Amino acid sequence: MMKKISFQDLPRLFREISETQTLIAPIEKCGQVNFGVWTPDSTLRLDALKTVKSAKGAFFPQVEDIVHFRMKDKTIDIHPAEVLTEDFVIFGVRACDARSFELLDRVFLADPVDPFYAARRKHGTVVTLACNQPEETCFCTNFGIDAADPCGDVTAWMDRDTLYLRANTEKGEALISRLENGEEAPVEDLKKSIGEILKKLPLNDLNLTGFDGDHLMEKFNDPKWEELARGCLGCGTCTFVCPTCQCYDVRDFDAGENGIQRYRCWDSCMFSDFTLMAHGTNRPTQTERFRQRFMHKLVYFPAKNEGLYSCVGCGRCLEKCPQSIHIVNVIKSLGVKEDD
Amino acid sequence: MTDNIIPMLGVVTDIRTDTPDIKTFRVEAVGGGKCFEHKPGQCAMLSIPGVGEAMFSITSSPTVAGYQEFAIKKCGCVTEWLHHMDVGQQITIRGPYGKPFPVDDELRNKDLLFIAGGVGLAPLHSVINYVLDNRSDYGKVDIVYGSRSKEDLLDLPEIQSVWADPKSGMNVHLTIDREQEGWDGHVGFVPNFVKELDFDPSRTVLVCGPPIMIKFVLEALTELGFEKTQIYTTMELRMKCGVGKCGRCNIGDKYVCKDGPVFRFDELDELPAEY
Repeated sequence: MMKKISFQDLPRLFREISETQTLIAPIEKCGQVNFGVWTPDSTLRLDALKTVKSAKGAFFPQVEDIVHFRMKDKTIDIHPAEVLTEDFVIFGVRACDARSFELLDRVFLADPVDPFYAARRKHGTVVTLACNQPEETCFCTNFGIDAADPCGDVTAWMDRDTLYLRANTEKGEALISRLENGEEAPVEDLKKSIGEILKKLPLNDLNLTGFDGDHLMEKFNDPKWEELARGCLGCGTCTFVCPTCQCYDVRDFDAGENGIQRYRCWDSCMFSDFTLMAHGTNRPTQTERFRQRFMHKLVYFPAKNEGLYSCVGCGRCLEKCPQSIHIVNVIKSLGVKEDD
Repeated sequence: MTDNIIPMLGVVTDIRTDTPDIKTFRVEAVGGGKCFEHKPGQCAMLSIPGVGEAMFSITSSPTVAGYQEFAIKKCGCVTEWLHHMDVGQQITIRGPYGKPFPVDDELRNKDLLFIAGGVGLAPLHSVINYVLDNRSDYGKVDIVYGSRSKEDLLDLPEIQSVWADPKSGMNVHLTIDREQEGWDGHVGFVPNFVKELDFDPSRTVLVCGPPIMIKFVLEALTELGFEKTQIYTTMELRMKCGVGKCGRCNIGDKYVCKDGPVFRFDELDELPAEY
């Protein structure tokens, strides 16, 4: 059942939701739009196509405490961090980021299940938002993602001064059942017009043939990696803005009398110390580290997950790489050419 | 529910100095007994809060009651700290992680050949003692072990008194890299020694040591007529989570902490040589 709410009334809905649950939405702060906790003072930016960082932080936070220790003489007290027990809503997730949650599920919900991630998934309600104006850097269509009708507990569409919403799950139903009924027609029109834009996007016909487990060694041994990686600074920006990058580090913070906090935080396979051991590293140059990132997304991950690529075509890495090296270059360089 | 990444407490109840840079630590649960049950070849994460956490192979056999042991070489922050602690120190421990050596399947009733170099004996130590405690389940057993010097041979007293005891039904072949006073045994590198000993290529082999040793042992075994499907090894890569999620030990479509660390060489052939 389609529901609707006018933009004018949206703050009221947000206030109602935030009275009982944490509400996360795209919010502008210091000139950047990112997902953050909504308060009545927030500058809501549902119109921003892409947040700087992806929405993954709602389920896999950039920094997360896992266990706290207190040490005295030879003894240690262990206090595991609590998993989330309260419901929250993340509002305005685009189709690409919504797919990334499914990809993260493949990692964190695989045996053994990650308790912190699982609790967030259980308690989170995802409201997605169709992309009225996909940009030239968008290439989600290559991965079977429909930006005109994204998945999630609720799907929303912005049409002039009205937000249309459709619940896809029970969780979604509970969130929007209070809204008045809306018409289907404006949404159908919107989907059509978005579809037209998606068709014309410059990067919507990438050839992914050959990026699979059967060609693992062939892709790995491709001599083009060196040239592709030549400009890579190893800054890790691509991994930090990426909705699917899920590598993490575990670190200890010694707070003196307050004990020791062990936390995990996002990390990057692009960093030189990522695999560094006492006897050295198995990926000594940036070429190997660069190759690892893309081999993982385009070959290793699909080999383990029924052909599902670990890229959602959000285009953030295209926009943010200081050297303009990105996954589209890699796919085009290493992929099967039309005339092959 | 959080037990796969949250550690438990362990107490170090014994510390043995094995070589100038290797000590063996005995770890028990607080109040005694094992922290968990494990299989030969599995690993565990040991940690000192504030210093760090690292993955170590479990040196003791699962047949040992009451504790687990870890032979650890001093080579970084965590290991340095461990080497400086005293008996009675609590540490944190979580595990066991990884796929063990197939002691109850493929290795059963086989003639076995263990080849180790330096601290590479640590993961095989668990298997060797498991085999010894279930001796009738296995055929002939030979152990080739080498180190830089006599002092660097790990577990030498146990090797000489237990493994080399004729009652064990195992043959031990020791070697050191260079001539040394007080050593009348074999001198030379492990790969050449393996060739000299001319083992029958029907054996199932378990090898662990420095990467360069493994590389030449593999060549030596191939020369003797062994197939890669008969040779197992165990790998060491940087690890943080131990459950196939943090990404560090990813090689090809495998996570060494979860899909390994034990691999057969024909399996490794299908992976990028990034180890």
